[in-house]
Amino acid sequence: MSAVLENPVGVPTPATRSDGVWSAAARRFRGDRVGVIALLIVAAFLMLVLAAGAGVVARNWQSEIGVPNAPPTFMGAAAKAEQEAIAQPKGPNVDLSAVDPLAPRYKEWAERAAQFKTAEHARADTLPFGADRLGRDVLAKAIKGAEISILVGVSAALLATFIGTVLGSFGGFFGGRVGDVLEWIYNVFTSIPSILLIFAFAAVTGRGVGSVVLILGLTGWTGIYRLVRAEFMKHSVREYVRSAEAIGASSMSRMFRHILPNVSHVVLVQLSIHVVSFIKAEVILSYLGLGVSVDQVSWGTMLAEAQSELILGHWWQLAAATVFMAVFVTAFSLMTDALRDALDPKLRGAE
Amino acid sequence: MAAYLIRRLWQMIPTLAGVVLLVFFLFKYFGSDPAEILGGLNATPETIDAIREQLGLNKPVWEQLWIFVKQILTFDWGRSWATNESVSHLFASRLPATLTVMVPILLLQVLLAIPFALAVAYVRGSLTDRSIMVLTTVALSISFLVYVIVGQYLLAFQFGWFPVQGWTDSFWTNLVRYAPLPVLLAVLVSLSPQTRLYRTFFLDEIGQDYVRTARAKGLTERAILLKHVLRNAMIPILTNVAVELPGIFVGSFLIEVFFSIPGIGREVFLAVNRGDYPVIQAVTIYLAVITMVINLLTDVMYKLVDPRVVLK
Repeated sequence: MSAVLENPVGVPTPATRSDGVWSAAARRFRGDRVGVIALLIVAAFLMLVLAAGAGVVARNWQSEIGVPNAPPTFMGAAAKAEQEAIAQPKGPNVDLSAVDPLAPRYKEWAERAAQFKTAEHARADTLPFGADRLGRDVLAKAIKGAEISILVGVSAALLATFIGTVLGSFGGFFGGRVGDVLEWIYNVFTSIPSILLIFAFAAVTGRGVGSVVLILGLTGWTGIYRLVRAEFMKHSVREYVRSAEAIGASSMSRMFRHILPNVSHVVLVQLSIHVVSFIKAEVILSYLGLGVSVDQVSWGTMLAEAQSELILGHWWQLAAATVFMAVFVTAFSLMTDALRDALDPKLRGAE
Repeated sequence: MAAYLIRRLWQMIPTLAGVVLLVFFLFKYFGSDPAEILGGLNATPETIDAIREQLGLNKPVWEQLWIFVKQILTFDWGRSWATNESVSHLFASRLPATLTVMVPILLLQVLLAIPFALAVAYVRGSLTDRSIMVLTTVALSISFLVYVIVGQYLLAFQFGWFPVQGWTDSFWTNLVRYAPLPVLLAVLVSLSPQTRLYRTFFLDEIGQDYVRTARAKGLTERAILLKHVLRNAMIPILTNVAVELPGIFVGSFLIEVFFSIPGIGREVFLAVNRGDYPVIQAVTIYLAVITMVINLLTDVMYKLVDPRVVLK
């Protein structure tokens, strides 16, 4: 945990020289108690994601270790009453072998069935966080779901930020013809309501983690493009960029070696904001069945299952998915706020 | 004004062309083969070839694009692949349900968020303000789905205050019996982001010089907020409403899917699931047109609300 603390979100460690933008920001961030706590929670979640990805925890989330819908431990085992509801029939068995066309083969089948050993493993009556309708551990599912949901959110945000930053820097730096073409693409993408754009992309791509990342990344870059473009327009006429031009720096070098580091705080904050919104979007897409495939679990698929379980009074899967998601998203939002305040003191106090 | 309108309408053409190209090539090159979707699982190669011929899929790309453009201009999208209902009839028959739910949602959320945000802005910086901000952050982090699932379970299933779901052909029955629960849940969920947003609009205005002048001449804080700040903040609020306006035609699709309301949002969702391309393409393009027109109307409305605005 301490290793993560020392190097928050890829901020370079302070150098011995005078305070740079990043070390000053890191100092401001450390002074923000809420932000630091939020960062710790986010870091803990990321460790959990890594652990789940490496197979250390929640590896066997698909194994059915409890009885179906086993309640959480503190509630005690469910009453068994309804299972014995059908009375066993009494009276002698009637011999049907004369009319039963399958009768001659029963013996053969019984022998073949005997060749397979079925081990009936003991199923727990209760689990710490309960079980779903197949008897799978809800805690393991929530952790595995966190892995998928966070992974999708972060990858999609990285993709959207990459597209938005590259297009925005070209549009802002060159302007003119290039800028016009990029503005046109931006207008096209923003004139379609985002949910329809997502649906249109979802209709043509299949299901699965990769598709969700692609859909969200390809439809979600417009806001970042707009901001980065404005920053590049502002910076491209500044003196340090003109000086770089005077000593013969190429356009690419001016864009990505000189200007980009100076606007990277804007990009980082946008990245962070988009992670939250994409996680929410993934949950909704998966709930609708347009997201991750059926053999995977995300917070969205858990909520979809929980909906029918709730009617039967099995609330624990809903609670687990909700709590996991709420804690992570709240912590991530608060961390984003702190990050924005630390990186851009001018914005402090604004929404 | 007329010159401005003509220029703006003229500028819409390239954007619209872009939308058409995007939708056309998205479905043409990334979607599955329409002939195979239409043919079904047991189609013979001959059947598939016949369907291709009928849809013009064997023609050169530019000719197919021209067919596509003609469909858009003549509003003739043919029939839905899944239900054989004509696409225009499909929209016309689904729109009322969407509007029955969405118009009350939009009205209520704006009318409730304004006083809430004003109240929070009035006590800005206090403990109440900060607690409300933290509370809204937490409220926002819970998925919309959870509110709807729990809300339906508690209010309809457990307490029986509302029907769990349902819809009829009668507008009034829908409005007073089936719409209230979806509307209530959607408004409750949207209230915290709206309040946060409107609060920042008000706080932006409170920092302006005219507020200081109003204070200097001895107006009460209440009068400043209600008379001066509210009026000036109407511009960003209107913009925000305008941004959300195109959304009422698709509806809150999640609400419609969840409560089985036969609106456009649910129809589009079903179309995505069935690979019903004509429906998705049509709704995407027309919604883009509606969005552009609403944006133009918003800009014109600024002029009416604020005479200082110069349309250029």
